[in-house]
Amino acid sequence: MLYREAGDFKTSYVADSQTFPIRFDRYGYYFILGFAFLVMPLIINDYWANSIVVPFLIYAIAALGLNILIGYCGQLSLGTGGFMAVGAYASYKLMTAFPDFNIVFVIITAGLITAAVGVLFGLPSLRIKGFYLAVATLAAQFFLIWLFTRTAWFYNYSPTGMISAPTREVFGVPVTGPRASAVSMYMICLCFLVVTAWLARNLTRGTIGRQWMAIRDMDIAAEIIGVNPLMAKLTAFAASSFLVGISGALLFTVYLGAAEAGEAFGIDKSFLVLFMVIIGGLGSIFGAFAGAFFLIVGPVLLKLLLVNGLGWPTDLAAHLEIMIIGALILVFLILEPHGIAALWRTIKEKLRLWPFPY
Amino acid sequence: MPDTLLFAMEAALNGLTAGVMYALVALGFVLIFKASGIFNFAQGVMALFAALTLVGFQSGQIPFSHLINAILGTRLHHFGWNMPTLLAIPATVAVMILLAIVIERFVLKHLVNQEPIILFMATIGLAYLLEGFGDIMWGAEVKALDVGLPKGMSDTVDELTFNWFGYGFFIDRLELWAAGIAAVLVASLTIFSQYTKQGRALRAVADDHQAALSVGISLRYIWVLTWSIAGIVALVAGIMWGSKSGVQFSLSLIALKALPVLILGGFTSIPGAIVGGLIIGVGEKLFDFFMNPIIGGATENWFAYMLALVFLLFRPQGLFGEKIIERV
Repeated sequence: MLYREAGDFKTSYVADSQTFPIRFDRYGYYFILGFAFLVMPLIINDYWANSIVVPFLIYAIAALGLNILIGYCGQLSLGTGGFMAVGAYASYKLMTAFPDFNIVFVIITAGLITAAVGVLFGLPSLRIKGFYLAVATLAAQFFLIWLFTRTAWFYNYSPTGMISAPTREVFGVPVTGPRASAVSMYMICLCFLVVTAWLARNLTRGTIGRQWMAIRDMDIAAEIIGVNPLMAKLTAFAASSFLVGISGALLFTVYLGAAEAGEAFGIDKSFLVLFMVIIGGLGSIFGAFAGAFFLIVGPVLLKLLLVNGLGWPTDLAAHLEIMIIGALILVFLILEPHGIAALWRTIKEKLRLWPFPY
Repeated sequence: MPDTLLFAMEAALNGLTAGVMYALVALGFVLIFKASGIFNFAQGVMALFAALTLVGFQSGQIPFSHLINAILGTRLHHFGWNMPTLLAIPATVAVMILLAIVIERFVLKHLVNQEPIILFMATIGLAYLLEGFGDIMWGAEVKALDVGLPKGMSDTVDELTFNWFGYGFFIDRLELWAAGIAAVLVASLTIFSQYTKQGRALRAVADDHQAALSVGISLRYIWVLTWSIAGIVALVAGIMWGSKSGVQFSLSLIALKALPVLILGGFTSIPGAIVGGLIIGVGEKLFDFFMNPIIGGATENWFAYMLALVFLLFRPQGLFGEKIIERV
């Protein structure tokens, strides 16, 4: 009833091509933004921040980044964990080398460094594609993790081989290190997520995003109509790695606090983010959010149910969780290859005609 | 002869035998890729699952005992008998064939005509599913697998090389056996695909799905057949790796090691998988041997991928792969 585009007249191209063309959607979006910025900081506590909210915000950024590469540009990457490690170690080196440098700029610079590394490992994509490229990105994953665990310079010669984030402040409020409160951790991740989502949305609907999609749909045809595959693929790798690097930097500085490359950024992280993108929906900004939410909240709920509710041993619950995630991937690929985002789209189509479908 | 050269030769020889093990896993990939165009990421987990099942049968474990215990509060774990290996292996083969039928029935059938990338991701999901399933069914602890293959240093090689060079090479007897079994496996697969009706049908499907369908070959039957064969190859790989280093989760990671082998050899070539495996095995051991003093150890983790990456830049279709021709 409320969900109508009737009566919502667009009189300019700008109005016509906006992200939320339906008034109800737009208000919903403003409501969520308002809720996230004004209400959540008041009600958030340590448990919610650490178990669900902060990981969700951070992985949503990584999923956005990977979605640009796989969903929009069609280049399969299994090196997400490695690129997140680049972001984390870059932020660590910057934080320790320049203590006065603001943490926000540290994280952005870490993203830029990751973008450069991403372009480097994206170079083979010009000659190879599909599975071969996936294997090439696996090379990035293993090589980068090896580099970070073997080269003492990256972890400042600490005897444990771990990196740990010192306390840094934004406007006088500590956001990293042991003194950071749940609210400040939440707010910095939220700000980064909103900005990166805005960036991703506008990149993907502009010229460059259309070039990516042309390459994804058929690269030779795209080349013939004048898309430069070199530029398109490398910018996709750069943009994707930038977001993934920011997410890795946030994961290390804000959420984990201390990390070791092989533990925190192993191949399982690559797959986790890949699953978020698949379950959420390839080629959809909303899908990245939905997938991250699903794969962060799902295991927490499952654990609550099995371990706390039914009293099962934790290892059994963990195995069942792996199994359920695998089964979910299969179910989604079979029933809805375009993920939760496509499901959501169908629901919206139905809602427009509700309650009087013709 | 200088010692370094001898040590390098020993490393290379060890690399050759390790390469055979990689090739065994890669073989499973190639079989499925040729017949169905699916890049089966679950191959490594299939090897793990096969090895787990074999150990479970051998030691008379009760399947799902942990799950049953957690739900019913019982304390089940073993039936109390030991199945002889000769009986346990056919039983495991039967399980792998059943698995192939289930996979075809519930997954592949519904994904016909999807893009290869979707199928690839489906096999990643399958890998997770199978990993969790295997752990729940048989428990996740490290198990020893013994099917009666000889282990330890091979005295023959030791004596022979000592007589030649004055320095005995250390070669594991198990790996020599693995090489022999791999040779038998490849030979029988080649004979199967060249001289039997099913094998010809298999090759026809690999060549062109639609043409194969039009002459009356049942695609679903062929898929079950391929996945069964891949399951059996996985069992062989699982036995070899399992007897070498115990049956545990890391077994499923050998699939990742097989990827660069495939890149080198090409996704569609059985000889390619063998040659690729040998090149990776030798290259890895020699690189580690020479570079260890300079850049530190554990280069095995990435050397194969880097070799594959560099290789791809010059020959994207692999050593023996078919030339990629693209049309709009």
